[in-house]
Amino acid sequence: MTAVKDFPLSAEKTKDGGGRTRLLYGFTGITLALVVLCLGMALFYAGQDITQGDVQRIFYTHISSFFGAFIAFSATVVGGIQYLRTRHPKWDSLALAGVEVGTVLAFINLATGAIWARPIWNTWWTWDPRLTSAAVMFLTYVAYLMLRNGIDSPERRRVFASIYGVLAIATVIFTLIIIRIRPDTIHPAVIGSSPSTGAEGGFEMSSSMVTTLLFTLLTWSFFLTPALIWWRIRLENTLERVNKMKQIYLER
Amino acid sequence: MNTPFLQVMLAVIAKDFRAELRSRELIGTMLMFAVLSILVFSFALELDRIARQEAVSGVLWVTLVFASILGLNRSMSMERENASIEALLLAPVSRAALFAGKFIGNFVFTLIIGLFLLPLMTVLYNMPLVSGWMFVVMAGGIFGFASTGTLLAAMTVQTRAREALLPIALLPVALPLLLSAVKASTAIISDAAFDTWATWLQIIIVVDIVYTVVALLGFGFVVEE
Repeated sequence: MTAVKDFPLSAEKTKDGGGRTRLLYGFTGITLALVVLCLGMALFYAGQDITQGDVQRIFYTHISSFFGAFIAFSATVVGGIQYLRTRHPKWDSLALAGVEVGTVLAFINLATGAIWARPIWNTWWTWDPRLTSAAVMFLTYVAYLMLRNGIDSPERRRVFASIYGVLAIATVIFTLIIIRIRPDTIHPAVIGSSPSTGAEGGFEMSSSMVTTLLFTLLTWSFFLTPALIWWRIRLENTLERVNKMKQIYLER
Repeated sequence: MNTPFLQVMLAVIAKDFRAELRSRELIGTMLMFAVLSILVFSFALELDRIARQEAVSGVLWVTLVFASILGLNRSMSMERENASIEALLLAPVSRAALFAGKFIGNFVFTLIIGLFLLPLMTVLYNMPLVSGWMFVVMAGGIFGFASTGTLLAAMTVQTRAREALLPIALLPVALPLLLSAVKASTAIISDAAFDTWATWLQIIIVVDIVYTVVALLGFGFVVEE
């Protein structure tokens, strides 16, 4: 067992790494507190919507999870471009972490949307342009993970994944703007007025609702998503360390 | 990088065309698939007059997309089977020019299928599909498919799943193009005014430019080694 300590591969064991770990724990603690606060605000502080009642409260999570996913997928683009330029695997870890975290957040976005739609639109799902493009966005990143799994050479896997990650952001941008270019969508635009006259379930926001929405948006975008990505990158580093250790043991 | 870009590009295109003229493998397969697909759709959907007007552009584009996937897979695995891609890469020419050559070859092949489908569907579905704007939309849509498709096919052909992975990787990325192209085609068929569907054409052009730039830049990384 003593041999494990000799491996020069652990970032955590070094002085700097220990500080970084404490920083991550602190950051995670703040994030958890903020997320709980967000839920509390959404459930108790924000005013009740007159027409939709308490169902409307799911919107805070619904919108925030999409923006969290947007941030995560943007991290994938940054990671992909930086990897192609520098060829340092740490950038690919960032890209992969972005995709995995973003995919989960996108799924939360789809699921909360369906739960909201059941009482308001009287259906879980409909093939509305916005819903379709959001579903396709989710599937694009599942395809990214499949593409990664299909390539054996780690070097080639990183390069291909980087390029696909950059390309895939198109579906995210498409989902963002489709509500403005397709007037026949029934999905309401929450920020700004809905250009669609057919939007079902839009609402006016009181100041307590705006505060809650902004607070939740910022928390999910700048605390929850980065914290999850950070943990995922650490996991990837640990995985790499384990693999290298296995290799060294096997060579003995 | 001694040979000029254009010359390399034209040489690759000429090579693909010559191979195609001699084997008649690519166009034949794509064409047969496209015709069968249109027949299957017309039986499966049992369209009446009004439903046909709404569905025909969807049928056209779905057929074109799958035919182009068929062609892209063939065109890339042909390069791989005979290790001719390695010979191409050994040449001291820019990778972007190689990409442009392969891409334009795929673009033209798919466009030929599309141009064949328009009169065929006009006859079979009794819809006025042959028009100038239809041609523009079709060229625009296929342009984007061919550029992302060539890039992704060069990637997926090197994976374990080979051919199976290209549609999975390409279809979601191509959705913005597919959706805009279907919408624009439906508007053209129903004789809508240009202003009402001009946005779709603009989206197609913007997406084409973005995808082609990404593909040009990305191709060099995909084939390196």
